[in-house]
Amino acid sequence: MFWRVSIGIAAAQLSYRRRQTIVSTLGVALGVGFFVATSALMSGSEQDMVRRLLDNAPHITIKDEFRAAAPQPVFMAFPEGAVTLSSTKPREYLRGIKNHGAKVEELSQQPGVIAEAALMGQAIVRYASKDASAGIAGIDPEKERFLTTIEDNMREGSLMRLKTSSQGMVIGRGMATRLGLGMDDLATVVSPTGLVRRMKVVGIFRTGNLLLDEGQAYMLIKDAQVLLDKPFIANRIRIKIADPDIAEDIAAQLEARWGYRTESWQEVNRDFLGLFVIRNVITYSIVGAIMAVASFGIFNIISTIVMEKRRDIAILMSMGFRAADIQWIFLVQGVFVGLIGMVLGWGIGLVLLQMLGSVEINVPGLMDTQRLPLAIGFFQFGIGGLFAVSSAVAAAWFPARKAAQVRPVDIIRGAT
Amino acid sequence: MNATAGEVPVIELRGVTRILQEAVPVTLVRDIDLSIRRGEFVSVTGPSGSGKSSLLYLLGLLDLPTKGHVFIDGEDTSGYSVDKLAEVRLAKLGFVFQFHFLLPEFTVLHNVTLPMQRLGRLDDDEIHARGMALLKDFEIDDQAKKRPDQLSGGQRQRVAVARALANDPAVILADEPTGNLDMRNSEIVQGIFADLAAKQGRTVIAVTHDKDFADAAPRNVHLVDGRIDSDTRR
Ligand SMILES: Nc1ncnc2c1ncn2[C@@H]1O[C@H](COP(=O)(O)OP(=O)(O)OP(=O)(O)O)[C@@H](O)[C@H]1O
Ligand SMILES: [Mg+2]
Repeated sequence: MFWRVSIGIAAAQLSYRRRQTIVSTLGVALGVGFFVATSALMSGSEQDMVRRLLDNAPHITIKDEFRAAAPQPVFMAFPEGAVTLSSTKPREYLRGIKNHGAKVEELSQQPGVIAEAALMGQAIVRYASKDASAGIAGIDPEKERFLTTIEDNMREGSLMRLKTSSQGMVIGRGMATRLGLGMDDLATVVSPTGLVRRMKVVGIFRTGNLLLDEGQAYMLIKDAQVLLDKPFIANRIRIKIADPDIAEDIAAQLEARWGYRTESWQEVNRDFLGLFVIRNVITYSIVGAIMAVASFGIFNIISTIVMEKRRDIAILMSMGFRAADIQWIFLVQGVFVGLIGMVLGWGIGLVLLQMLGSVEINVPGLMDTQRLPLAIGFFQFGIGGLFAVSSAVAAAWFPARKAAQVRPVDIIRGAT
Repeated sequence: MNATAGEVPVIELRGVTRILQEAVPVTLVRDIDLSIRRGEFVSVTGPSGSGKSSLLYLLGLLDLPTKGHVFIDGEDTSGYSVDKLAEVRLAKLGFVFQFHFLLPEFTVLHNVTLPMQRLGRLDDDEIHARGMALLKDFEIDDQAKKRPDQLSGGQRQRVAVARALANDPAVILADEPTGNLDMRNSEIVQGIFADLAAKQGRTVIAVTHDKDFADAAPRNVHLVDGRIDSDTRR
């Protein structure tokens, strides 16, 4: 019963101060609205970027390297012995992944897994007396289509033409422009060991990634093996799996099993993923700041009401209202402002999302216009609402306590 | 009704002293022994600053004595918690001050029904009916829907009396209820208080400067310098 009385008094006091109440409610609403919008944008762009990361590179790459240098034989022979050995160099071995064919075969058996043996190396591409150093990727075009987005980014020719033309290669638009190479031109490719071959440009891609566009050349793995003088060798196994989230675990399993350094996309992009954490911290800090300002608004209005209403508080107490009843009256006011601010904020958030969603971005060089990536979920609305109500209650808490501490006789003594 | 109500005083002060602990301590009232029987109409008079209001706050459990004890219905209130004191005020006591102290956000009727809603003994319909009945008693039922600032001073004070009566308290404590009113309204309010005592059998304790008002009461307590100077019955 007295709950209703407290709520009734709270509502009456707020509606009596309509303008101030509206202003502080709008403060909360703006905080919630901006949170919903920025949060949707932030997690949208995060998802977008992660998707790009996943599309542009294999989920897992097995390399012909080891994480730690191989132990010296003497240490293996005398594991307990007090042996020191100085100025040693790790044993050189013939680079390449042993039995890569069998490994790729085995991996490909798994449902949803695409595995490709590849040979990576360096070479110089020369044309019309101009040089460009290039990363050579010897690949299998059939599988490369599923591993990366190179095929989708082809501007001329195609990756598939590697299979039909002998000694073909696919290069980026940047390199093509720099060397003045066009489709079907014959360029000279010089390997580090001095081998020289003439290769035909059968495709030109443009990804927007400068490193690839200016410095990567794709060719069939057997052409790369000849060029780099590594017959039958592959130094990478590149893998795509059904669920990229478990790539880290699978990479660790493969590394434990075969010993080769096996990198998941998460490991390679660790710094990048760390950035998302920082971005989230920034988002929440800014929204926290907005909500703090909104809280000050609520604190302000309720403190003002408490100050102005000291006489009314005293009279309510003299009538027999308890301190707790009085505290409720003002806490309820905070809850009102928080809840109404929350609902209005959701509305503002929806409007902002509508506006953000209709923004069109024209990236030079890309044909299709882009839209802002938005991830709209209950999560943002829930967290935003929680922010609003909890900060409103926190802001109301202090003045409410102050109101409860009023001693009615002090006020009445002063007033009469 | 308690069979012994006649003998046990409604309110009794024993050796009550109230000192305000300021930079220089101020003694508001000193060594007060006062016993008020059920149904008595007592006027409290005295020069300005003699401690009349202070005495009323002690009688009404709004203020606590520095020394001595306050008994309500024979029960010592010394050990009562703040909440318990509020409960006693809610159910047994009704205050009327010199300024009406009505809540400006609420209608006249709602001001009167607030204490009943807080007490929660009646349901909504009964509360509404009792509120209207109280307003009718004081001939302001036509003002029920208005807000206090739309009423005259005399009407407001009548609303304040109606509110004090809301929970049917045994005791009405009034601090210069006519102090702010003109002659005519003053007479109306005086009449109301006389009726509360004479016709409804309530205990009425009224501080007043008004000679006529004081004389209308069968008992008068006169304060000087925080002490009872005289306590006369007619
Ligand atoms: N807040 C206060 N601080 C210090 N002294 C006070 C305070 N309130 C009252 N007093 C003093 O206490 C004494 C009693 O005051 P009280 O209000 O009870 O007198 P009163 O008889 O009601 O006077 P009045 O007829 O003017 O209302 C006075 O001397 C007054 O100056
Ligand atoms: Mg006084």
